[in-house]
Amino acid sequence: MALNTSEIREQFPFLKESVNGHPLVYLDNAASSQKPERVIRRMSRFLESEYANVHRGIHLLSERATAAYENARAELATLLNAERPEEIAFTRGTTEAVNLVANTWGRKNIGAGDTILLTEMEHHSNLLPWLHLAREAGAKVEYVPVTDNGAALDMDVAKTLLAKHPKLFAFVHVPNTLGLENPATELCRLAHEAGVTTFVDGAQSVGHQPVDVQALGCDFLACSSHKMCGPSGIGALWGRYELLSAMPPWQYGGEMVDRAYYDKPATFREPPARFEAGTPAILEAAGWAEAIRFLRETGLEDIREHSIALANDAASKLRDIEGLRIFGPETRQSGIVAFSIEGVHAHDVSFFANERGLALRAGHHCAQPLMRKLGSPSSSRASFYLYNTAREVEALVAIVREGVAFFR
Amino acid sequence: MMDNELYQEVLLQHSKRPRNFGPLENATHAADGHNALCGDEISVALRVGNGTVEEAKFTGSACAICTASASIMTGEVKGLTCDAVGTLAGKFRQLAKDGNVPDIPMKLQVLGGVHQFPQRVKCAVLPWETLVSALDSPVG
Repeated sequence: MALNTSEIREQFPFLKESVNGHPLVYLDNAASSQKPERVIRRMSRFLESEYANVHRGIHLLSERATAAYENARAELATLLNAERPEEIAFTRGTTEAVNLVANTWGRKNIGAGDTILLTEMEHHSNLLPWLHLAREAGAKVEYVPVTDNGAALDMDVAKTLLAKHPKLFAFVHVPNTLGLENPATELCRLAHEAGVTTFVDGAQSVGHQPVDVQALGCDFLACSSHKMCGPSGIGALWGRYELLSAMPPWQYGGEMVDRAYYDKPATFREPPARFEAGTPAILEAAGWAEAIRFLRETGLEDIREHSIALANDAASKLRDIEGLRIFGPETRQSGIVAFSIEGVHAHDVSFFANERGLALRAGHHCAQPLMRKLGSPSSSRASFYLYNTAREVEALVAIVREGVAFFR
Repeated sequence: MMDNELYQEVLLQHSKRPRNFGPLENATHAADGHNALCGDEISVALRVGNGTVEEAKFTGSACAICTASASIMTGEVKGLTCDAVGTLAGKFRQLAKDGNVPDIPMKLQVLGGVHQFPQRVKCAVLPWETLVSALDSPVG
């Protein structure tokens, strides 16, 4: 593996924590990631000497805060290979970015009788905003199905459904349960050939692997800081500028307005300001920018390879446990391994694991319809990131084995 | 605090081989319960006659705490009046939250340990909540 894991681990203070005398093994990265010391230090330094509101004070601290905030936009634009930083609007996270597009582009472009195309593997965040929009607009929602055991998206059906010209195709790049990566470039190409606008949920891919919006060929992409070593509370919508330009505001207030009057309609600023009403997450933007620099310096291709290698190692060892079923493809395409165990409930596995220092996710992973379809309302999930190690895979497998013996 | 203090042997026995598990023929009352946090899904079916619970069974897929709680519960409520079941459900909720409550059957006290694990309280209480809602839900 190309990553120098021991050097990386020294930069993550959370690894000094222990549980009941066991070293903390954190395998809940698909829910949220831990923060390196340089992100933590960047945020405290920002609060000490750079903090004020942005874009409005004619004074030193406001200039510093504005510079840090806009620097974050530039860092993210570089990371995503956006054409220009103005294509990025900050949001509270991926969920808010989906809601933003549903409420603006969606309300303007989706009408009665139109179709919104989704996939069966969407997180609730890329499902419920579209279902709500469809109900309001009288539109229809169709789903590209997953193949057996959630191994892949059914590309034949995807082609058939796209050929029916839905207005929008919103899909997840890397789903949070199946350990696969959707062929986003191909899906966007097929969509565009059919004249369909595309929205990519990049919550699990951005910061975990190289993601280039121009190479993907998508129209919108959303991501979150907290999943990629940055603080929670901030995320972003990237959109092609001509699309953003044509979208109305969705939240009104300070910063997004151009001219306001008592007695006639206000006019609004150009994107991204139009979509950033109110005081934004300034501190979090400064922290996110540092996280992006950290990840780029570490190497996103190496991070991806490292996470996938650990997930494959875990999957092959877990498969030896009788009655254990792993969802998704045979070979991992992301650092995620979700599994269910016959006769042992996921909630008990997680509880048992936590007592031994191991952080695992249990439940439906905010993808209830998918887990229902896979026949497992509750499963356990281990998700790997740059600071995880092969020894931690061993710990995972040993603890799961012990838990199976205890509960079965 | 380790898991063997929560998962006592008697509790594990109930989760591995639950009593009163399966469908109930001629049920008069039934309800479904769901814990969105961990995915517990449980259904409780009752046969009520003359204001008394004559038979109680449950089905579903749930964690060890929830399954054991349902197993013990269905045994305890048989023969009780509906009013007495309501009172006992209230006491059980208090037991799960506080760890002790006066005048509660011995068999239920095995679940008192969950009060030390706030995330697991819901698991223990879910069967009782489902039972109470079943009493309000005549079949058909």
